[in-house]
Amino acid sequence: MLLFALKRLATGIPTLLLLMTLTFFLMRLAPGGPFDKERSLPPEIELALKAEYHLDESLPRQYAHYLGGLLRGDLGPSFQYQGSRVSELLGKGLKVSALLGGLAMLLALLLGAAAGIFAAVRQHRWPDVTLMSAALLGISIPAYVIAPLMVLVFAVTLHWLPAGGWADGRVADVLLPVLALALAQVAAIARLMRGALLEVLHAPFIRTARAKGLPERIVIFRHALKPALMPLLSHLGPATAGILTGSVVVEQIFDVPGIGRYFVQGALNRDYTLVLGVVSFYGALIVLFNFVVDLLYGVLDPRVRLT
Amino acid sequence: MKVALGAALLLALALPAAAAPALAKVQVLRNGNGPEPDTLDPHRSEGVSSNNIVRDLYEGLTSFSPAGEIVPGAAASWEMDGAGTTYIFHLRPSARWSNGDAVTAEDFASGLQRSVDPATGSAFAQILAPIANAKAVIARQQSPATLGVQALDAVTLQIRLTAATPYFLGLLTHPSTFPVHRPSLAKWGRDFARKGPLVSNGAFALGEWREQAFVRLKRNVYYWNNAATRLDEVVYVPTEDINAELKRYRADELDSSYEIPLLQAPWLKKKFGAELHIAPYLGSYYYGFNCSRPPFKNNPKLRAALTLAVDREVIVNKVMNGVALPATSFVPPGTWNYTPQQPEWASWPRAQRLALAKKLYAEAGYSEKTPLKIEFRYNSNDDHRRIAIVIAAMWKQWLGVQTTLVNEEFKVFLQNRKLRTVTQVFRSAWIADYDDASAFTDILQSHHGRNDSAWNSPAYDALLSQAAQQPDAAARRALLQQAEQIIISDWPVLPIYTYVSKHLVKPWVAGWTDNPLDYHYAKDLAIFEH
Repeated sequence: MLLFALKRLATGIPTLLLLMTLTFFLMRLAPGGPFDKERSLPPEIELALKAEYHLDESLPRQYAHYLGGLLRGDLGPSFQYQGSRVSELLGKGLKVSALLGGLAMLLALLLGAAAGIFAAVRQHRWPDVTLMSAALLGISIPAYVIAPLMVLVFAVTLHWLPAGGWADGRVADVLLPVLALALAQVAAIARLMRGALLEVLHAPFIRTARAKGLPERIVIFRHALKPALMPLLSHLGPATAGILTGSVVVEQIFDVPGIGRYFVQGALNRDYTLVLGVVSFYGALIVLFNFVVDLLYGVLDPRVRLT
Repeated sequence: MKVALGAALLLALALPAAAAPALAKVQVLRNGNGPEPDTLDPHRSEGVSSNNIVRDLYEGLTSFSPAGEIVPGAAASWEMDGAGTTYIFHLRPSARWSNGDAVTAEDFASGLQRSVDPATGSAFAQILAPIANAKAVIARQQSPATLGVQALDAVTLQIRLTAATPYFLGLLTHPSTFPVHRPSLAKWGRDFARKGPLVSNGAFALGEWREQAFVRLKRNVYYWNNAATRLDEVVYVPTEDINAELKRYRADELDSSYEIPLLQAPWLKKKFGAELHIAPYLGSYYYGFNCSRPPFKNNPKLRAALTLAVDREVIVNKVMNGVALPATSFVPPGTWNYTPQQPEWASWPRAQRLALAKKLYAEAGYSEKTPLKIEFRYNSNDDHRRIAIVIAAMWKQWLGVQTTLVNEEFKVFLQNRKLRTVTQVFRSAWIADYDDASAFTDILQSHHGRNDSAWNSPAYDALLSQAAQQPDAAARRALLQQAEQIIISDWPVLPIYTYVSKHLVKPWVAGWTDNPLDYHYAKDLAIFEH
């Protein structure tokens, strides 16, 4: 088990290094630089700015410089948000994004799994049809439609909740963004859960359990649920990473100070270090979540450990 | 008796309310402020959003009244010598930094020196060119210490100019001329605005800056005119999404908005009435022709034809939803000490303009059989795209021009525009950094970094240098107007519209006055009871 874990982890490091290197050079290939703006700078001032951020050195030297900083845990200074280190910005943003993403995932898991199980047990009857239609709707309507609608209803019309903003994560500030972020995931998880559970419920060992005369509750929760969690689990890793990295839209709509917006703003501003930081961080996150899921597979299904 | 007392009480309560609404107990103003500020260092801040905050944090030697007149700021008074090239400023002895330190003439002198020092990396160093030796310092030919500023004593500052500059007092309201708190700079280096407790000399001091969430300013109790400050707090909220900002305004979470969504302008006018503030703003939206390459090189007739064929009323009313003013001049109306020069055709009916456009198009050698094929470049943005489509359609309809629209991501576009090799016709805009016609005319000088048209008119350059040396405001105005006449006769740019400032402002914000630079100092604002 330990060897399996180590092997898995070891493959992650070159992946990340490759991702980072590619990002580093691709960013530099993009036309325009961080100091190209509407107002043109006198050459001496542009030179001074470039020197300040080591942009006047050769690319390999810049790369070496960046790697050196990385080893010390320093992701460099942001070009756009002057005086800020990228690691500081990511650290502050992560607190918010993680709270938002964590709560959204938790909510999605609870609601989604419950709805999925409920629908599977009542297959083809009205609760199943209603829940699954709602889920289909939930998957199809993107956050950029549902989130402004929620703001219009709960903030602008009813004045119950704030339309946006973030003050130390007050419950009122968190509610709408978490809901908007969770909604699509609730739907996806419900459908996955239902499908997986239905498949297991038709397996011979369930027939055996029922033949033994076990009550339906025990059949479902003790025998069927554990194997039915496998597909959900493989979905959960990328989904959690996705909810953390894909919160850009929701963060923008609710003015939430998470990491998501740094990704877009960083790229548009040619804030090389900020983009590199966000990409590396997201990359590490995805590698990590896949690693955790792989480990959990091993826990749930002994066959995986052998391979 | 009871009734009488009640009536008297009612009267007492009602009377002042009728005179003017009472001020609210909680004096907190919340402004939508667009993008997250890049920095609060006055010599490094570049965006409108950061400069909005910097103007509340710091105070220059002069300031603007709400109506836009120049008034004393940190300097109580000043004198100018006969030639108009030396100014002596007398600072207020009661002026204090937000930590209680006295504001001295040396703070201003070193602020200006830091601003022009290339090592500081200021985007606005060039606008300080009128100060003696500034150009040489920016070009690294001389040290910043040689700049023509000198503290004669603790409260007396001398500034020497290379030539009389009639707009100089207005320029001193710009953040790049603001002082620095020298001990903070010495202690924290160039990151003082982020790392240390930011010490500033304006009516407000930095309370808390939470990235992407808010910048909260609090009253500077040491400010020389603190007694007149009514707001206790100003909160600048970053609002990157224009629609999200509108919703937050409607939910009463913001007292003023940074922008309004153009497409919703007609609905906003109906719904918000007087809350919608639209006023002339010193900005020009125009298209440029690349005059260094065919087909526009040495071809003023072709440039003229394309300019005449554009119906600005349609652009402003149908595309911009009335949130702009049609422009036929490069320098916007409302510019200080200036009458924008209108071409003769500006007063012609549309048919007459089109007839001339067709004639010039033919004279330039194009016809239905051999139409002009051009590329138009703009940066990806819905509003720019809609305008480009309409203008291309006008060119097609009236002249038969075949236009290919090329949209590029902003930085790619900037680079291409600056190179002046791939561009033919391109989108452009310019917002004044200070209220003077030269803020616009300068950028079309042959050597200027923003002369993206690569237009080269020695006569124009000569007029501008003469104007820069001219101490008399009226004579200088005449020279600049003459220069604009050259733009009109040689057509290097195609003016489309003049910008307007556009904000939603709650009725309970007291003192909000629209002005051409769109500056709204929080020290002049307050919150009515509501």
